[in-house]
Amino acid sequence: MSSYIIEGETGPWEVVIGLEVHAQVISAAKLFSGASATFGGDPNTHVAFLDCGMPGMLPVINAECVRQAVKTGLGLNAQINRRSVFDRKNYFYADLPLGYQISQFAHPIVGEGTVILDMKDGTSREVGIERLHLEIDAGKSLHDQHPSKSFIDLNRAGVALMEIVSKPDMRSPEEAGAYLKKLRAILRYLETCDGNMEEGSMRADVNVSVRHPGEPLRTRCEIKNVNSVRFVMQAIEYEAARHVEVYEQGGIIEQETRLFDSAKGTTRPMRSKEFAHDYRYFPDPDLLPLEFTQEFVDEIKAGLPELPDAKKARFIGDYGLTPYDAGVLVAEKETAAYFEAAAEGHDAKAVANWVMGDLFAALNRTGKSIAESPVAPENIGRLVDLIKDGTISGRIAKDVFEIMVETGGEPGRIVEEKGLKQVTDTGAIEKVVDEVIAANPDKAAEVKAGKEKLLGWFVGQAMKASQGKANPGILNEMIRKKLLG
Amino acid sequence: MTDLTSLTLAEARDGLAKGEFTSVELTGACLAAMEARKDLNAFIVTCPEIALDRAEASDARRAKGEALGPMDGAPVAIKDLFCTEGVQTTAASKILQGFKPQYESTVSARLKAGGAVMLGKTNLDEFAMGSANITSAYGNVVSPWQAEDDAAPLVPGGSSGGSAAAVAARMCLAATGTDTGGSIRQPAAFTGIVGLKPTYGRCSRWGIVAFASSLDQAGPMTRSVRDAAIMLGQMAGFDAKDSTSANVALPDFEKALTGDIRGLKVGVPKEYRPIGLATEIAALWDQGITWLKDAGAEVVEISLPHTDKALATYYIIAPAEASSNLARYDGVRYGLRVENGGNLDEMYMKTRAAGFGKEVKRRILIGTYVLSAGYYDAYYLKAQKVRALIANDFREAFKQVDVILTPTAPSDPFPIEGGAKVDPITMYLNDVFTVPASLAGLPALSLPGGLSQRGLPLGLQLIGRPFDEETVLRAAQAMEAAAGFTAVPTLLREGK
Repeated sequence: MSSYIIEGETGPWEVVIGLEVHAQVISAAKLFSGASATFGGDPNTHVAFLDCGMPGMLPVINAECVRQAVKTGLGLNAQINRRSVFDRKNYFYADLPLGYQISQFAHPIVGEGTVILDMKDGTSREVGIERLHLEIDAGKSLHDQHPSKSFIDLNRAGVALMEIVSKPDMRSPEEAGAYLKKLRAILRYLETCDGNMEEGSMRADVNVSVRHPGEPLRTRCEIKNVNSVRFVMQAIEYEAARHVEVYEQGGIIEQETRLFDSAKGTTRPMRSKEFAHDYRYFPDPDLLPLEFTQEFVDEIKAGLPELPDAKKARFIGDYGLTPYDAGVLVAEKETAAYFEAAAEGHDAKAVANWVMGDLFAALNRTGKSIAESPVAPENIGRLVDLIKDGTISGRIAKDVFEIMVETGGEPGRIVEEKGLKQVTDTGAIEKVVDEVIAANPDKAAEVKAGKEKLLGWFVGQAMKASQGKANPGILNEMIRKKLLG
Repeated sequence: MTDLTSLTLAEARDGLAKGEFTSVELTGACLAAMEARKDLNAFIVTCPEIALDRAEASDARRAKGEALGPMDGAPVAIKDLFCTEGVQTTAASKILQGFKPQYESTVSARLKAGGAVMLGKTNLDEFAMGSANITSAYGNVVSPWQAEDDAAPLVPGGSSGGSAAAVAARMCLAATGTDTGGSIRQPAAFTGIVGLKPTYGRCSRWGIVAFASSLDQAGPMTRSVRDAAIMLGQMAGFDAKDSTSANVALPDFEKALTGDIRGLKVGVPKEYRPIGLATEIAALWDQGITWLKDAGAEVVEISLPHTDKALATYYIIAPAEASSNLARYDGVRYGLRVENGGNLDEMYMKTRAAGFGKEVKRRILIGTYVLSAGYYDAYYLKAQKVRALIANDFREAFKQVDVILTPTAPSDPFPIEGGAKVDPITMYLNDVFTVPASLAGLPALSLPGGLSQRGLPLGLQLIGRPFDEETVLRAAQAMEAAAGFTAVPTLLREGK
């Protein structure tokens, strides 16, 4: 693992990073109100009386969200707390209709766990999970609808979030990026969060501090609501450099909340200390402690899908892939599923190369996801078979693949229709070779006189004349035989 | 024909069943009484049209032989803390002025479904915070009682003061109340009626404007123990919309009124007889003990050692929860909004400054303070621990006894002027006998035991095991029979 060290005048500085990820739970209804949790919808159309803070309205826990949190906890190899408590986090804001957020403070539903990061250099690293708790999302303030008023959309208010808190185990922006990607992959495999950072269904608060290696932890700053992997990495880079600069100039870092400015790539203080919140957490008296049985947990455990780490190990073991290739293929659940469908009954290593090479390039070019791939997975397998059994050459296969991307066609039929089948009939090849030699008597004489370099030129001409369909092995051998005897 | 407004729920049920009178007649008589006794300020909102419509519908059902239950056609008042669909609900606060809910609280919906006729919304202390009904933004409620030697207007108690006055002054047959630290029992005692705070979780809190969620409980306020049993049966029951609602069987409470309490073990807690307890309160308590003994019950002294900590505990927990529960009244979505070009924080401050009364502000401040960083452990957390000890005192006691007898309030009703305008701490002392049962979530009932030397009602409190309202009601009915309390409020007597 390459180390990320900032060399300062007072010596090397190490960066210490912890992430708090807010992941929106996939569920039909909100955490406590029964209103729809679907994304979008006209403003204020997915709002129950509870979500807008009407007097006398009471929360009732949505069991589906509890199941999703437990499932996520199991996916993070974490301790499941069969008794947890919901607390109120009190603060005033226009998009927080109750005047408090229902969250979990002292007794979260999920305790300590681990996430394994696969780094680019093939090494792996473990990041500890501190806790996962359930809480409700706030509404959305719209400040651009009216010159002097703010509008409030409460569709999101009350939607279930999982706050997943890591330990301060990361030491570089790359590790933080790898952690976010891995966490997202796990959530998506589990189908507990769609991991869509652009739509805000996954957001990260980034805690950054620096220290000289071996020192105890120094003061951290929290950068709120960063909404892409790249921005998280940029924010860490900027913030770490800022800390080093402040320390080296003899200053001190104050613990504070900061915002990331994605346009400038910098961070700035969010609010002054004067307005620091005292959230006055206390157990929500409207809700009893959340308790469930071990059987409930076991049942969820029994239904867990294969997760990225297990799948990666299987791809290495069953398909003979390299750890790197396996890691790339399992990073997205859809990619792994595509690969498995394509490799079924075919040369898996060759399939992996086609998927990671030509297919990824084509998808990138056309801006499509693997789920929207114009090339059906079984057609990749068939293409690999056509090369393997000598029906087409690797070079022709590239052309066939491009046609597959364009038309979505089946490779066998494309080869048939376009007449791309490799010629292995020696008579037909001989005819072409004879024609080429007859047309170039001077060059043939030079070869015969010992200029063997020209053999390649003849092969090229003959291949061209056969429209690339001649079997390269047979062609080679025949030219050599005809000219050199 | 007897005065319809003086009927108990049980008498009205029987009279309606026999066709002696109709619900429309009964309702009309109550509406007339409400109009005649307007000066008591018992109602914030009256809804005569709705009442008469429901009364007509009830009579129509009965004519077809489809009467719904024991309260079909019975005119009742609803404390203005219960949200009522389409009918203004204010919690006696300016901040909710004009608020008309689009939903009906579970308890009032159950009464409605049972055919009860809603006459209007009764006055209360603002957000149910008070023991004298003097903190309402809609003016104080006047008790229908007056001292023999002094015509000064008296408080009806609080916070369910409007409900208590309305029931005592025969404006309705019964009313709903809510009780957080004594808000049903103390006004019941002050107005000479029966008030029952059920076990926490017995009645749904859904749709009741919250004061302190872990303590709030709805209950009946009636003119007889039998009526309390009948009405509780119509209000109570599991509600999936309230996570703290108890999924327990709903007994036929009226059936528990056997009149037989022979062998019942009654505890008398020694800690409820503090130095300085008014002689007439102590005497009434002794009288109650005698009645129970005469009826064949066995009375034993018990100890509830943490009783003296209850009041302080209550006045930490209740304001803490209230400070959070009242955060939603911010002027953003409904009710009062005060804005004049400022920013969001200014709107909050102006709205809440104008919308909340003094006592509510005091409790929000206390609650905010005890939950603050640095004070949480010393106040809120410690109070929760003491609350557990208090609950445990009762658990231990109920290993020995079936029901506990205490006075309801430490004094007889006091005047609005002078007496009620005392400092907050003195006011909070009114709850000294009622808050322990609230903190423990136990069912407790106040029934009229007699009159003070000044001719004012005094109440006795019976506390029972969790979800054992039946024993409480049975003991209460035996005491009611022995007490023979027939005094009517001063304002209802001949010549008044």
